[in-house]
Amino acid sequence: MTASFPPGLILVAGGLLIPFVRGRVKEALVLGLPLLTLWAVWLVPDGPAVTLSFLDYQLTPVHGSPVGRLFGTVFCIMAFAGGLFAIRQARTLELAAAFAYAGSAIAITSAGDLITVFVFWELMAVGSTLVVWASDQPKAFEAGMRYLLVHLLGGVILMIGIVSHIADTGSVAFEAMQPDSFGRVLILIGFLINAGAPPLSAWISDAYPEASPSGMVFLSAFTTKTAVFALWVAFPGTWILIPVGLYMVFYGIIYALLENDMRRILAYSIVNQVGFMVIGIGIGTEMALNGAASHAFAHIIYKALLLMSAGSVMYQTGRRKCTDLGGLFRTMPLTTLCGGIGALAISAFPFTSGFVSKSMIAQGAVDQHLAVVWFLLTAASAGVFLHAGIKFPWFVFFQKDSGLRPPDPPMNMRVPMLFFAFLCVGLGVYPKPLYDILPYAVEFVPYTISHVVAQSQLLLFAGLAFFVLLPQMQRTLTISLDFDWFYRRFGTALGRELAVRTTRMRARVLGATVARARTFTDELFRHHGPHGVLAQTWPTGSMVLWVAILLGAYLVFYF
Amino acid sequence: MTGNGHDDHWLVRPGSIRVLRIVFIGVLAATVAPDFIIDQHEDFGIEGSFGFYAWYGFLTCVGMIVVSKVLSVFLKRRDTYFDG
Repeated sequence: MTASFPPGLILVAGGLLIPFVRGRVKEALVLGLPLLTLWAVWLVPDGPAVTLSFLDYQLTPVHGSPVGRLFGTVFCIMAFAGGLFAIRQARTLELAAAFAYAGSAIAITSAGDLITVFVFWELMAVGSTLVVWASDQPKAFEAGMRYLLVHLLGGVILMIGIVSHIADTGSVAFEAMQPDSFGRVLILIGFLINAGAPPLSAWISDAYPEASPSGMVFLSAFTTKTAVFALWVAFPGTWILIPVGLYMVFYGIIYALLENDMRRILAYSIVNQVGFMVIGIGIGTEMALNGAASHAFAHIIYKALLLMSAGSVMYQTGRRKCTDLGGLFRTMPLTTLCGGIGALAISAFPFTSGFVSKSMIAQGAVDQHLAVVWFLLTAASAGVFLHAGIKFPWFVFFQKDSGLRPPDPPMNMRVPMLFFAFLCVGLGVYPKPLYDILPYAVEFVPYTISHVVAQSQLLLFAGLAFFVLLPQMQRTLTISLDFDWFYRRFGTALGRELAVRTTRMRARVLGATVARARTFTDELFRHHGPHGVLAQTWPTGSMVLWVAILLGAYLVFYF
Repeated sequence: MTGNGHDDHWLVRPGSIRVLRIVFIGVLAATVAPDFIIDQHEDFGIEGSFGFYAWYGFLTCVGMIVVSKVLSVFLKRRDTYFDG
């Protein structure tokens, strides 16, 4: 049997079904559909599998590729664990929307043409916005609206790009291209907006932390990594991605260092991690592309694990700020352990998944003799440990005693954490299954003594820097301004100013017009009104007098 | 819990913290020690030098914290800034 439809549609359709079922059937759907989809993902053969005529174009809604299968696989695993994490606590709307959202992402990984990509791209925007809106957080609606606007903007840019590209070339194929025309530049920008690239990176830390505890677990996985997938397929080796990625890497670190909200710390760290992948795609060698793809795979798992542990804390305490948290290791040992493993994996500690994937990106930079990139990547790797690897677990689970004594979360939230913690360590110790499904053959050996020593030195001394400068790291009740200031403050202030000024101008114009009209009517009234000269009845005497004068004048002239 | 306040967990006792500190310093030394005997790859001329990753990791992290502190002068606002 081969797939005759995009595997992702199983999850999209299943998501739409979820609101109508309950109990065991719902549980079976939530846990079974991702596995069914995973099976379908692996049934898609390489190359075009399904073609379809649409208007004048030959679409390829199903097109198998190794990299698509890799992303499809991790998306299915994510939907499964996320579904389990959410099944008892999340609202039905969130679960349904998250499945449609995940399914759309999976459909993009098996898309062979740009029109299919675009359709599911927009569906993802809708699904993910609904996930944000399904939250119980008070600011979720406004944040979701801003999120939607950014993604609709990105979608419009992408659509103009695709239309222009098709008009240029007549080709709808979703394949490697260069950003050398107006249309293809817009396609690149459209993809980059979803990846969290500058200047619009703020949408991630603005919207995701307002989702429910489980909602952010879903959100962290699909949108940015689908964008990474799209960049991987369409723009490998595009040099501009290297500076863009470097910016994202350091943006994530700096903002996360200043942040107080634990989930916003992790949101900034998504931008940071996607930055590493974007750099790998920009380098564009087989080594670097393998690194970017495997890092996306590993990242989805450890980031979801970190957000599950943060979500568990939030679910049990209702708090998100580092200033309100601390000392939770006493009563949440399992959450602390799993969060800690996620923190080690994101930091790329030896024997975790991050180590075996991120190293390939750095190796790609070495192979291409990109010294500056390599030094910055190495500094950024230390910075990851600083802002996510230590800062998150330290302020949430250790630091001061907040007095909170919440227990570990319910079973259905604990199991997926353990599952992902197992994967983080498992893939780190035994990376072969991951390396086997990478797009290119792997000739990379992560575990050499010098590499393990180097990485341990780098990270542990980054840890030393953290503890030496701990007084500088104490959290305050603050946020840091970002680009969203332009549409949340500057834009509204501009709008308000415009409203004030136009109101004032309207009043002035109206006042002047009314005054002029009044002068006119007053004049009219003066001359033609009851007492106006031109409207008065003339006395008979004066009439007779004028007649006499005229007659007199007449006589004088004729005489 | 033995009832003498909250901070009675063995991990937060001053004695344990002292031990942890010593262990941490020991581990740091242990990661640098192999540089005496193994050769790091040297692709860019400097990263094979003794303890490169240790001082580079430490100094770049201090640098990033300093940069974030400087930026915070301009960027920090109360977390109710957007609520008004």
